[in-house]
Amino acid sequence: MAPSSTVTKSRDVLGTNALRPDGAQKVQGSFEFTSDMHAENMLWGATLRSPHPYARIVSIDTSAALALSGVKCVITASDVPGKLTYGLISSDQPVFAHEFVRYMGEPVAAVAADHPETCRRALALIKVAYEVLKPLTNPEDAISGSHDPIHPDGNVIRHQRIIRGDQAATGAVVVEGEYVIGMQDQAFLGLEAALAIPDPDGLGVHLHVATQWLHEDLSQISACLGLPAEKVRLTLGGVGGAFGAREDISLQVHCCLLALKTGRPIKMQYSREESFFGHVHRHPASIFMRHHADLNGKIIKIDARFVFDGGAYTSTSPAVLINGITHTQGPYKCDNATVDGYAVRTNNPPCGAMRGFGVVQACFAHESQMDKIAAAVGKSPVEIRLINAMATGDPLITGQIMESVAPVARCITETDAIPLPPSLDVNADELELPGGSGLTSSQSNIVRGIGWGVSMKNLMYSEGFDDFATARCTLKDGVASLKFATSEVGQGFVTLAPQIARSVLGVDDVLIEPIDTEIGSAGSTSASRQTWMSGGAVDGACRLVRERLFHHVGKIHNIDPLRLVIEGTDVVDQMGTFRISVADASDGIEISETFEHHHRKTDELDEHGQGNCHTAFAFVAHRAVVDVDPDLGLVKVVQIATAQDVGRVLNPLSAIGQLEGGIAQGLGLAVMEEIVMKDGKVRNPSFTDYLLPTALDAPDVVAVMIEEYEPQAPLGAKGIGEPPCISVTPAIVAAIRNATGKAIERIPVRPQDICL
Amino acid sequence: MTVIVAKELSTALAALREHADARLIQGGTDLMVEINFNHVKPTTMVSLRDVQSLRTIRQDSPGIMSIGSGVPYSVLEGEPVLSAIPALAQASRTVGSPQIRATGSLGGNLGTCSPAGDTLPVMFALDAMIHLSTLDSQRVVSIHDFMTGVKRNVRQHDEIITAIDFPIVQGWQGYSKVGVRNAMVISVASACLVADHKHADVRLALGSVGPTIIRCREAEAWLKSSQDLTAGQSISLDIAHEFGRRAADESSPIDDHRSTAQYRRHAISVLASRMLRKAYQ
Ligand SMILES: Cc1cc2nc3c(=O)[nH]c(=O)nc-3n(C[C@H](O)[C@H](O)[C@H](O)COP(=O)(O)OP(=O)(O)OC[C@H]3O[C@@H](n4cnc5c(N)ncnc54)[C@H](O)[C@@H]3O)c2cc1C
Repeated sequence: MAPSSTVTKSRDVLGTNALRPDGAQKVQGSFEFTSDMHAENMLWGATLRSPHPYARIVSIDTSAALALSGVKCVITASDVPGKLTYGLISSDQPVFAHEFVRYMGEPVAAVAADHPETCRRALALIKVAYEVLKPLTNPEDAISGSHDPIHPDGNVIRHQRIIRGDQAATGAVVVEGEYVIGMQDQAFLGLEAALAIPDPDGLGVHLHVATQWLHEDLSQISACLGLPAEKVRLTLGGVGGAFGAREDISLQVHCCLLALKTGRPIKMQYSREESFFGHVHRHPASIFMRHHADLNGKIIKIDARFVFDGGAYTSTSPAVLINGITHTQGPYKCDNATVDGYAVRTNNPPCGAMRGFGVVQACFAHESQMDKIAAAVGKSPVEIRLINAMATGDPLITGQIMESVAPVARCITETDAIPLPPSLDVNADELELPGGSGLTSSQSNIVRGIGWGVSMKNLMYSEGFDDFATARCTLKDGVASLKFATSEVGQGFVTLAPQIARSVLGVDDVLIEPIDTEIGSAGSTSASRQTWMSGGAVDGACRLVRERLFHHVGKIHNIDPLRLVIEGTDVVDQMGTFRISVADASDGIEISETFEHHHRKTDELDEHGQGNCHTAFAFVAHRAVVDVDPDLGLVKVVQIATAQDVGRVLNPLSAIGQLEGGIAQGLGLAVMEEIVMKDGKVRNPSFTDYLLPTALDAPDVVAVMIEEYEPQAPLGAKGIGEPPCISVTPAIVAAIRNATGKAIERIPVRPQDICL
Repeated sequence: MTVIVAKELSTALAALREHADARLIQGGTDLMVEINFNHVKPTTMVSLRDVQSLRTIRQDSPGIMSIGSGVPYSVLEGEPVLSAIPALAQASRTVGSPQIRATGSLGGNLGTCSPAGDTLPVMFALDAMIHLSTLDSQRVVSIHDFMTGVKRNVRQHDEIITAIDFPIVQGWQGYSKVGVRNAMVISVASACLVADHKHADVRLALGSVGPTIIRCREAEAWLKSSQDLTAGQSISLDIAHEFGRRAADESSPIDDHRSTAQYRRHAISVLASRMLRKAYQ
């Protein structure tokens, strides 16, 4: 079983470099990830997947698999007792393919057996007869209607326009481009895994799972199982990264179904190859943008058309589309805009959430455009961005007023003030050159380039969604226990929550209770939202407890509770000499309070894309310095300088970790990470061929945290998870353009794009 | 599955004779991947890890370094190989990650015989000789005859590769590999160039651009006829480019998910001309 609780001890309050409670375990290899879990009498589950991007299922014969010794059950679509489909926004994805398979890797059946090897053999014995159909793989064919609907809901998942200001406005300078973004994978290291334990009476199930949002999983799972929600309980297993890939259901329903059907615990875990088919990816997109500017480079109007390839099922495509198009302008003022956006259905793998969520794609386009405007009017990349920089109070192209702290100009100037790295040393280690350990280049082959990227990113959920978070704090004998359903996926909420409790309550010892569905929802660990939302909930619950503690102390010692404050680990009378330790003050009593944190209300967009659809925003600037070997098209990112609008730093160590990690992920998209598709088939589902940056690819990161307290945020801190990976990608590409003079409009940039 | 952990070469050789399906395992960095992906399902494994005679580096005759098939790359990266056969040390450094290099071996690179195997172009450029033993016989095969196709070679089931003989050559040599990231990457195109001052020769072998490693005999011959290749010469840019162009002509790459044929050919021309210039700097 997963560790049920974690106690952390120390004076690690907000603002200190508190260490992760699970850090040492993770480094030593003793942390229990979900894939390490085990239960008495457990069986293994495995999934049969479609080899075809698009086919009609003629028949499924499971008899030979069932006859194999050690196989306990085989299930298909006809065994799903409840709802046959699930989905985060639209319930259009089948638990098991029914009549049609719509992408390569779609689940068709699942088996339970006594051993993973028996499972594998059983899968090979399931005979599925397919009538192979011509897949729809070009998103434009989904829009034009030239391909028959591949799903009853049609081939266009969502279409949305933004019409703002003077549609006829023009500028003296017009620049445009057609930008293409490849399909990136979240590539978390802890593969999908779950352990489902059926209730003894067979009427319910307890699922231990690595996920981003326990309660959303719960409602989708219980609907498919045909069980009331209270018959399904979820506990978070150890999660090894998420980045959006665990927002959608993968093996959850399969695992529970097998457990209920066999009456035995079922363990499921994906291999790396299966994982590439088992979760959604970042949307590939093509984006046309045309900017009109005046001779000074000030933006007058933007025309844009976005096409996001959502793959076979909806997932979060509608929200990704809205994020993309509402960030068309980036962190710049713009009064007039015409934007047309599509999220479409194809027979490519389904795409959904990934760090940056639609804004990554938009940012690559708008930042490429900013450099084109700069070149057209003879300004530097920094000047053009400062001329256009947005500030608090500016209207967005949706008509929403920017109410967040918006230190865009500061992000740019403070990044600009970071010293450039020294020029390439004559005796530079060859490993440090582009090509690295391949020893392909000498110093004389290398050209250096500098590029810029600046971004705006919405925080929390949008379009009227109330993604609240719940937390409970219990103070007893000087120990604070915190209960929440917030998924810890590596982001560090289990570090932050005790910091909050220590700061608010003056306790040393903080216990984190099991993270499960025995309390209200925390919302998803996504959209850079948990510090703000679950942090707000923990803070709120701790404050309520503190009030009650003050009343308790006040009553006993006859002091007006309003005079009491926490100082260090004591309750102190501000106007007198009375002082008592929190441990003594709470001795023998138990105070427990639950708090729900809700963010401000947002609205849906109207048909012209107008409305206050977003909650809040954060900003960041990146400057990339790259060395390029132009003849071979190889790149080494030397340095990333960044200044990020963080509101307030709650844990410097965690914060820099988010920045460095995000930068590595954005670098991956810039120069190497891509799921290569051909005719709807994934060509590189492995870490041999889906390349992630190594230590030798990772640049030096020089970061400045811009701390301007965000009044809307409960702790003054903005979400910092997504911004680091957004504008670093266009900054690197701009630096490659700067070094080579090549007009590169596609990411990831491949060697042949540079040298051929 | 039975695992026979041999301490002596003879034990391993006998086990191969006895079990028709036995698979040899040295570092396991290729074989275990195959097994994990269910591509092979051996019922008998013969481990060579404890056979010390396969882990030696010897220089019995002058001008030849004989490297045991089980010596890990982490050893080949350093001395004495680094000074005697620098191209082999460089190729060894490019293999995988430190974990892979701590256990992967030349025997395994030859056993797998992938056109992307990093040490194979070095063997082709240096005309290395492969020692093969059975329980009752031994033979020595030129690397040019050993590799016959993509993951195909002339090794018989009951043979073990014991050692590889590398001539020690006077002159610059190097190995370059192009991949899309800066470390731990399968080669998209690679080249080993050896300048042999004694014979006034330059030899060039290419990896990942054909079904086997390609030795560029025509480009080599053209170069020898157009240029004095003794020590101390310098190579003009024109000669270097023409050499690169001719090397690219001898490659026969394909398009796949890792790269395109066009890029691979281009990369070969760049690598060959750069290395030639470096060799005579
Ligand atoms: C993460 C990773 C990265 C890698 N990167 C690279 C790379 O950059 N470049 C590269 O070239 N390779 C790379 N490889 C492949 C592999 O490491 C090399 O091919 C290595 O040389 C294999 O050696 P080994 O000792 O591990 O072979 P094993 O896996 O033990 O054996 C491989 C094959 O050779 C046979 N064999 C082994 N020893 C002998 C012998 N003495 N006689 C006869 N047959 C034998 C085995 O039966 C088997 O068929 C990588 C592998 C991994 C897993």
